[in-house]
Amino acid sequence: MSINRRRVRAIVRKELRDLRRNRSLTVGMAVLPLIFCVQPLIAVFTLDPAAAGTLQHEHVLLYMLGIPALVPSFVAAYSVVGERQQGTLEPVLTTPIRPEELLLGKAVAALLPALAIAYLVYAVFLACVELFAASAVADALIRPADLLAQLVFTPLVAGWSIWLATLISTRSNDIRVAQQFATLASLPSIAVTTLVAFDVIPVSPVAGLVAAAALLLLNQVGWRVASAMFDRERLILGTNG
Amino acid sequence: MGLIDRGGRSRRVVEPHGRPAADGGRGTAALSAAALSKRFGDRVAFRDVSFEIGYGEVFGFLGPNGAGKTTTVRTLGTLIAPTSGSATIAGVPLTPENGVEIRRRISIMPESPGLYLRLSVVENLECFADLYQTPHPGERIDRALQAVHLIDRADDACGRLSKGLRQRVALARALLSDPEVLFLDEPTAGLDPAAARDVHELIRALGRSGVTVFLTTHRLSEAERLCDRVAILNTTVRTIGKPAELREQLFATTLTVSTLAPLGEPGRVFAGLPAVRAWRPDGPNGYVLTISDVAVAAPAVTRALVDAGADVLSIGESHHTLEDVYLQLIAENETGQGG
Repeated sequence: MSINRRRVRAIVRKELRDLRRNRSLTVGMAVLPLIFCVQPLIAVFTLDPAAAGTLQHEHVLLYMLGIPALVPSFVAAYSVVGERQQGTLEPVLTTPIRPEELLLGKAVAALLPALAIAYLVYAVFLACVELFAASAVADALIRPADLLAQLVFTPLVAGWSIWLATLISTRSNDIRVAQQFATLASLPSIAVTTLVAFDVIPVSPVAGLVAAAALLLLNQVGWRVASAMFDRERLILGTNG
Repeated sequence: MGLIDRGGRSRRVVEPHGRPAADGGRGTAALSAAALSKRFGDRVAFRDVSFEIGYGEVFGFLGPNGAGKTTTVRTLGTLIAPTSGSATIAGVPLTPENGVEIRRRISIMPESPGLYLRLSVVENLECFADLYQTPHPGERIDRALQAVHLIDRADDACGRLSKGLRQRVALARALLSDPEVLFLDEPTAGLDPAAARDVHELIRALGRSGVTVFLTTHRLSEAERLCDRVAILNTTVRTIGKPAELREQLFATTLTVSTLAPLGEPGRVFAGLPAVRAWRPDGPNGYVLTISDVAVAAPAVTRALVDAGADVLSIGESHHTLEDVYLQLIAENETGQGG
């Protein structure tokens, strides 16, 4: 099955325009990362330079992978059920667009701002650490391997959260319920990244590669499953019948 | 409206894109259904719906609330699957595999406009032009907006538009894809009379240019004025035909006579007159005569009344509207169900 890029682009552009003008969603997306940023900053600033050695065994930067896990799930959970409740889904479904194209467009539109926010918050965090933390702490915290992992895993974690939330959105009848379930669904990802960050789950370069490949595959599977679960009739009629 | 122009011949503003030329190889029916049915569990939405609609025909689909009109449109528009029966839309059989191909050839304007309210009019149309892969989208959008007289509101957010203007944006959106078959679900709901007249002109122009229009409406006068044929649906199709034919089928031609004072012996006055089949009183000084030919009956009745010394106030042929036909059929259906 071929994917029509123009149709996908149309959805991405429409979603981004709509998102930019939807204050409740943009505020929600902006507030959450602050929680993930402020807490570790306080911990880092108050850390005794003599204890910087303990950071060598942790990957504190990866703690912030909670941002891509959580932020896009709000938008993705809203994407299908929100349109349905607004009555805008039916006109879209009367066009030649396929579920795969519609969902891909919505996923990309959720991913792009999530990546922008996540990378921006990382940049702010790193800048704060470089500028204000003790140099021993900064050196222990900012390591090339962790930075690379941060860069690579951010889109993969975000993508997985998006597909879970999209799947929930296609099967849900209420926006708030969809967003609550999507938040719950992103918790395991946050838990895993936190356990890795604090060295409860030890990682190696090979384990990182395997995890990245697995997430890439999960993203593909998520897209296919969400598309297969996209039931035009149920979405139009609002029932299972 | 801006849909017909150029060279004195009616043509569509929106150029065809990569699909068969008008009527060439498309068969005779733009839209056909055979015993099409849809059930939701035990509830029947519609059943045994059959019809054939030609290219360029404006077809009215009438019925009371809950009759199955919108579900029929959604079924023909591939949004929901029929339970049984078959249909062909714009030459393509209605099957799950053909959904994309059918949706390429049709356009549906749902009853609720379903616009993105935070986006401007033109942004809404840009999105749909891309979803339909419309060539020269800017040009198409301008023409569609001109057709619905909204070119000066192109940059307004849809959320700021009145209900009537939103309806017009939805109509412009439906025109973007140059459809072979256009489904309009209550297109003039919420429009003021002038705007409704513009939409009527647009529908006529679309029909003349070869677009098949499937119009569901509650406005029976609208259907009577616009539609080549109508179907009256109440879960099943009660009747299909031209509005004039339906009137003739259901209602005998009648003459309504009104006199200044009641006739002494109306039976003697009306008995044996040519082309008069029967009569009945209609109020104290009125009479309704069932006739076979108005040109014969009217002069004979006039002469008979004058000979009888009656002071005639009026003699006129009774006109039945599509509304009369509709109400009669729906009433028959309800009586049938009740009994």
